Amino acid sequence: MYGNFSVCFSARKRRVHGMLKLYYGLNEEGKTVDQAESMNPCDINGTHFDPEVYLNKLRRECSLGELMDQESCMVKQIRSLDSDMQTLVYENYNKFISATDTIRKMKNDFKKMEDEMDCLSTNMAAITEFSAHISGTLQDQHAQITKLSGVHTLLRKLQFLFELPARLNKCLELQAYSQAVSSHRRARCVLQQYSHMPSFRGIQDDCHAIMDKLAQELRQKFRDGGSSAKDLSECVELLLQLDEPAEELCDKFLIHAQSRLEANLRGLEAETDILEFIDRGCNEFVSSLCLVIASYQELFVNRPQEGNLASKNIPHMAIGKLHAFVDAMATCYFSLVERRIQEEKSVGDNSLLVRALDRFHRRLQAVAKLLPGSAVPSQGTEIVVRAARERIQQYLAALQSFYLDSLRDVRQALAAPRLGGSSAGGELLSSLSASILNQIKSVMASVQLFTAKDITFSNKPYFKGEFCSQGVRESLVVNFIKFVCQSSRQFCESVGDRGGSTPPALLLLLSRLCLDYETSTITYILTLTDEQFLVQHRSPVTAVAALCGEAREAAQKLLNHYVKVQGLIISQMLRKSVETRDWVNTIEPRNVRAVMKRVVEDTTSIDVQVSLLYEEGTRKAHSSDSSKRTFSVYSGSRQQTRYAPSYTPSAAMDTNFLSNIHKLFSERIDIFSPVEFNKVSVVTGIIKISLKTFLECVRLRTFGRYGLQQIQVDCNYLQMYLWRFVSDENLVHFLLDEIVGSTAHRCLDPAPMEQSVIEVICERG
Amino acid sequence: MYQLYLVLQARALTSQTAESDAIRFLVGTQSLKFDNQIHIIDFDDENNIISKSVLQHQAGEIWHISASPADKAVLTTCYNKTSESRVVTCGAVWRMPPEWESGSHESPDDPHNSHNPQNLELLCHLDNSSHGNASCVLWEPMGDGKHVISLADNHALLWDLTESSTQATISSSATLEGKGQLKFTAGKWSPHHNCTQLATANDTAIRGWDLRTMSQIYCIENAHGQLVRDLDFNPNKQYYLASCGDDCKVKFWDVRNINEPVKTLEEHSHWWAPVLRCRHTHTHLQQRYIKPLVILPKNNDNFSQLVAHVLFR
Repeated sequence: MYGNFSVCFSARKRRVHGMLKLYYGLNEEGKTVDQAESMNPCDINGTHFDPEVYLNKLRRECSLGELMDQESCMVKQIRSLDSDMQTLVYENYNKFISATDTIRKMKNDFKKMEDEMDCLSTNMAAITEFSAHISGTLQDQHAQITKLSGVHTLLRKLQFLFELPARLNKCLELQAYSQAVSSHRRARCVLQQYSHMPSFRGIQDDCHAIMDKLAQELRQKFRDGGSSAKDLSECVELLLQLDEPAEELCDKFLIHAQSRLEANLRGLEAETDILEFIDRGCNEFVSSLCLVIASYQELFVNRPQEGNLASKNIPHMAIGKLHAFVDAMATCYFSLVERRIQEEKSVGDNSLLVRALDRFHRRLQAVAKLLPGSAVPSQGTEIVVRAARERIQQYLAALQSFYLDSLRDVRQALAAPRLGGSSAGGELLSSLSASILNQIKSVMASVQLFTAKDITFSNKPYFKGEFCSQGVRESLVVNFIKFVCQSSRQFCESVGDRGGSTPPALLLLLSRLCLDYETSTITYILTLTDEQFLVQHRSPVTAVAALCGEAREAAQKLLNHYVKVQGLIISQMLRKSVETRDWVNTIEPRNVRAVMKRVVEDTTSIDVQVSLLYEEGTRKAHSSDSSKRTFSVYSGSRQQTRYAPSYTPSAAMDTNFLSNIHKLFSERIDIFSPVEFNKVSVVTGIIKISLKTFLECVRLRTFGRYGLQQIQVDCNYLQMYLWRFVSDENLVHFLLDEIVGSTAHRCLDPAPMEQSVIEVICERG
Repeated sequence: MYQLYLVLQARALTSQTAESDAIRFLVGTQSLKFDNQIHIIDFDDENNIISKSVLQHQAGEIWHISASPADKAVLTTCYNKTSESRVVTCGAVWRMPPEWESGSHESPDDPHNSHNPQNLELLCHLDNSSHGNASCVLWEPMGDGKHVISLADNHALLWDLTESSTQATISSSATLEGKGQLKFTAGKWSPHHNCTQLATANDTAIRGWDLRTMSQIYCIENAHGQLVRDLDFNPNKQYYLASCGDDCKVKFWDVRNINEPVKTLEEHSHWWAPVLRCRHTHTHLQQRYIKPLVILPKNNDNFSQLVAHVLFR
């Protein structure tokens, strides 16, 4: 029974214990077991413990010994549990007792406190009453004090106003302008408001007078300009605050700046060296201009807008004025610069000018930064562009004059007596063409400075495109080549057709020069230009072929002219020799006339001259005995078969005509036809002209017997020596045949000389 | 183009300016050995036929011929008189016999009709033996046939013809002076300015003369590269002048500006012969600067006949 109880007790106790545990958040270690066994009626600690079942189970399962053991164990457990319970009850009891004591004590204390609170509330009520009493008594005095303090403030203000004129005067004396202005500003409204009262009016008038004086002084200071930028800015600020019209201030400021800038410009005019000029221009004028722009913007444009000043839209007006001013000043400066650049005519060292222009251009960028919308930098660029264009023109002129000088030198060298032998022509040509080429190259190098990478304006579109193609290539190089051709052609176009004073050798040399240009030099120069300047042909440019054509044309014209001039010289000799002689009454020929020897000599020297510059050329094969050909006085065509007193055509005459007409067309000789670019063709042309003149002159004379014989001798001599110079010896033979035939026809007594005699005379020389 | 073959060489040609009905040229032949002739060439431009008459000129070979503007039967020649040791060029005024037109007119189809050509009648000699050889004789253009100018070496002589041109007296003269032996090679009497101007050529220069004072008024030095062969005035434009020279060029000048020729024509093969102006077919030769109306190449080809390229337009 006891066991049961103990079990029951223990179960209850366990429950209580569990609740506490639950309360304290502790968890039983064997909780799962407990839960698992909780339904087990045999678990002695379980909730559903059934003693009957347990006992039955024990009785069924255990032996007696075991039951005994179980019983003793259970007794032991019951006893310990019992003692535990007793201890607990005791402790609980003790605690309860002490709690009861505490509560009793608290009850006591609260009572006391209640009493004190009552006392406090009584006191407070007394205080409130007092306070109300006091404030009630003080009410009147407080109002008075407030009024008095208001009066005090007003009086102080009034004192300030009354003292204002004196204060302002003092400020004026001490030049503490800003203080004066701020004081005045403070008082201004009040004074304005009470100006109907005489005393205030007086003050106001005084203040106005003083402030006017102040403004005057400020303006004076502003006008003097000697003051620093900071002073100036202060000045302007104060003046603006004094309701000074901003426009007027701007104007004054700018006028003042203008005078300084103009002084700079005047100083510039004295400079002689271009680089120094530009340097000084940059350092003085442009710097000052930038300074002016900066301080102006500081003063008028960028300052914070306050009060009524904001409404006037000062920055807009000020910027407009500034632009106009900068433009005007820049125009003055630019005109000066341009004038100075135009004076820069010496083409020796281009780098100086380019450097100067670069600096000029570079410094203007500062203006661009300061004043973004300004047209000044673009105008500056335009000046640079113009200067570059001008420069190209100058270089062209320089090249042209160099070319003409070279020609003059060549002319002198040709005129000078030959010292170093006969090779002068070729050397002169090569030195001439080399020096021209060098000059072109050096000019190109100079011009190239404009497009150098480190030059600020070289990346402008003009210098990238038009300058290279239109400027350098067309205006400079192409124009120079054209000039060479043109000036060469001019040598052929002198009025008298005698070539003026142009020596024939020069004509020949120039002809060769032009031909060389056609074959190689032009291509070389233009390729060089295109490479050096990376010319991009946006606009159409002169083609190489066109220039070559022009050069070839000039060469041809010069060579033709050379042939004509030389032909004329020999022609004149021959003509004079025929015209001045009395051919009817001449003596029997003993030797060749001197003029014929002269003709051969001249032809030989011409041959040498031409061979120095031109190739040999082709000629027809010589016959085995070229120098010895006889001229029949009565060649078939010349023969007068019979005298027909009137026009009586016969069968014989008809065939004669036919053959003559045939001959006319088959052997027609173009006397002044264009020559080819080789020696043989040139000399042939000259000989053709000379012999043709000879023929024509002979036909105008009347000859005696010995006159005819002399012509026979002369022609034979010419045949002996001239055949070797021409392309087709038959030509010489034909013309000489004509001469002898015509002479015979014009002879009163045509008795020709024996061929053998002629040969003897000719060989004797 | 018409070609006309003559048996003798010829260098002198003129148009018969007094003849207003027909287109007619006079050609003078040059032969040292035979009697020289004057050929009268008629051109019928309606039928394109050329016909020819022949007159004898026995005085010598003819270097220049010129027809009177007033009387179509009168003409002048400059001719060479050859004696055994001397050759002299003389000028003379001739009259054609009145019958030539009816009698000796021939056509190429009828070659045997003129076996006895008639002689010219000598009116007077322009005797200038003191002044040298005459190179040409010029009639006063559009005048009454009373004045001629002869150019002899370096003299220009103005003659008055009186008594039906049988008497000739020198009324005034001008002399070209300078270095060397200067010699007039050609000349023309300007039809403008009341016929008071004369242009002459010597060597390469062209000179203008005022006949009232017989003084030089302009001089185109080096007008041609070589000898100036002939020159002529533009009949319509008073200041324009054409010249041709041995340099194979024809140049046109404005005498008010003599530094540059107005125009230059150049051929490569022909020696330009005298530029002639034909009054009958008055085309606009120098005016329009087209090819001269009549171009007479000198006997520059190797046969003995004159080949006259007559260009009618």
